[in-house]
Amino acid sequence: MSLTADDVNKIAHLARLGIDKQDVESYTKDLSGMLELMARMGELDTSGVEPMAHPLDQVQRLRPDVVTETNQRGHFQAIAPKVEDGLYLVPKVIE
Amino acid sequence: MHTQSISQLARSLRTREFSSVELTQHFLQRIKQHQDLNAYITVTEELALAQAKAADERLAAGEDGLLLGLPIAQKDIFCTLGVKTSCGSKMLDNFIAPYNATVVEKFNAQGAVLLGKLNMDEFAMGSSNETSYYGVVKNPWDTTAVPGGSSGGSAAAVAARLAVCATGTDTGGSIRQPAAFCGITGLKPTYGRVSRYGMIAYASSLDQGGPMARSAEDAAALLQAMAGFDERDSTSVNQPVPDYSAGLDNPLAGLKIGLPKEFFSDGLSDDVAQVLQDAIDEYRKLGAQVIDISMPNLKLAIPAYYVIAPAECSANLSRFDGVRFGYRCENPADLTDLYTRSRGEAFGKEVKRRILMGTYALSAGYYDAYYIKAQKVRRLISEDFKKALAEVDVIMGPVTPTTAFGIGEKMGDPISMYLADIYTIAINLAGVPAMSVPVGFSNGKPVGLQIIGNHFAEDRLLNVAHQYQQVTGWHQQAPDI
Repeated sequence: MSLTADDVNKIAHLARLGIDKQDVESYTKDLSGMLELMARMGELDTSGVEPMAHPLDQVQRLRPDVVTETNQRGHFQAIAPKVEDGLYLVPKVIE
Repeated sequence: MHTQSISQLARSLRTREFSSVELTQHFLQRIKQHQDLNAYITVTEELALAQAKAADERLAAGEDGLLLGLPIAQKDIFCTLGVKTSCGSKMLDNFIAPYNATVVEKFNAQGAVLLGKLNMDEFAMGSSNETSYYGVVKNPWDTTAVPGGSSGGSAAAVAARLAVCATGTDTGGSIRQPAAFCGITGLKPTYGRVSRYGMIAYASSLDQGGPMARSAEDAAALLQAMAGFDERDSTSVNQPVPDYSAGLDNPLAGLKIGLPKEFFSDGLSDDVAQVLQDAIDEYRKLGAQVIDISMPNLKLAIPAYYVIAPAECSANLSRFDGVRFGYRCENPADLTDLYTRSRGEAFGKEVKRRILMGTYALSAGYYDAYYIKAQKVRRLISEDFKKALAEVDVIMGPVTPTTAFGIGEKMGDPISMYLADIYTIAINLAGVPAMSVPVGFSNGKPVGLQIIGNHFAEDRLLNVAHQYQQVTGWHQQAPDI
């Protein structure tokens, strides 16, 4: 299976990922190559096989629903690109 | 000073042959002298000297502990409070970590000295350290060759003696492959053995931190400090940590070694195969029994990995959105522009390639065909390991098809780079532990032997590696720089 430049632009949009126009062709080629590689999985009959999400087949632990962390807003916002009055600033979303 | 092992250094520090401050200064000096290798992204000189001074006080008070006062370095993927933690990316070039990774906390508690943060492929995606925003690391054995990746800075620093030992992380071979290319001893533990808290995520069901050292004995000491259950990592495994040094001297008589025929077929270069045969002969002399085995599903490890890892990567890296931390583009027109341009301007090409691949594999209509299919293949691969390890104690094979390739040689062809990870990737899919041990050279470049064991058999792997290192000297060889 191979992809087109349009496919790649669509995937990039889904990922909110800017890609340079001049790179679209090489991504198209690389991704098509990867899909070709992945098609090899089709050789293997996997009917009845349970998908494996965790190498030790563990499920996620749950913890009691109690507060364990202290508020460190100022500390964490010290590295934010843009904050004001304790809020993260982004361009206006609603006019 | 820089040639001593961890236990030798611990002794020297206790007999006051030199202080931790002197030892730290010596290593800082060496780092400066060998800056051209580009092994470090950040050197934490002030912090290191303060930690060394504190360690000297604890030593003077008679405190015990193998790592007390020992200069080590961290892969720049482990968050370090107050220190730039870049993960090799422009995205985090301005990121001063607001907290410590559990692994960093553990080393701090033991009184180890942090020399700095080591270079790596961007977000640990790469096999050559060439995807780093901070430039390629040079292999100290041959400065025209890559050190491997993604823990390339770690491997180069340990090989060139720019740190006593270092940490690495391994998602598809990122500890073992650079360890092999740089002639050092690296161990990828069982998935869940070392906490991932504060270790910047690439593919969460595969990522695992581990030690990179000069010998199995040093790696055992390092793993002892790193391993253990952590409540803050939801996939950490709650199992007791054994004494990794206790069994190092156990004899290997009767050890059953499995050699999968799939590991020794087409693609493995003749020179590497020859060096590996010599190493396996050495194990025969140590009393091991060598058995041919077959693991038929190994050949599908690469396709399965290149679905699962990019899928998890595309989800994990969605947190880098230019809003709360990291890079933000100038003058975003609107929110979508802010996300798209921040990510577009700050991620390198390999990271983008994997985000695109993962996004595609997880998108509506393709999820079952790719992601679920890959997880099914993953189970079959894992069962191959289960079957094999019921029959033999350890599996041995190559780490890489060739010795370190040249800088720039494979950058134009990402798929051929992926295919070179053929021997390491299946191990991450199965979650079992594996080591790379230096076993010789070809044309002046190191060759690594891979030793794979059952879940939580790190002690056995270290024992098997240590016994080899007791009768050979490859691990003591250092590049002539």
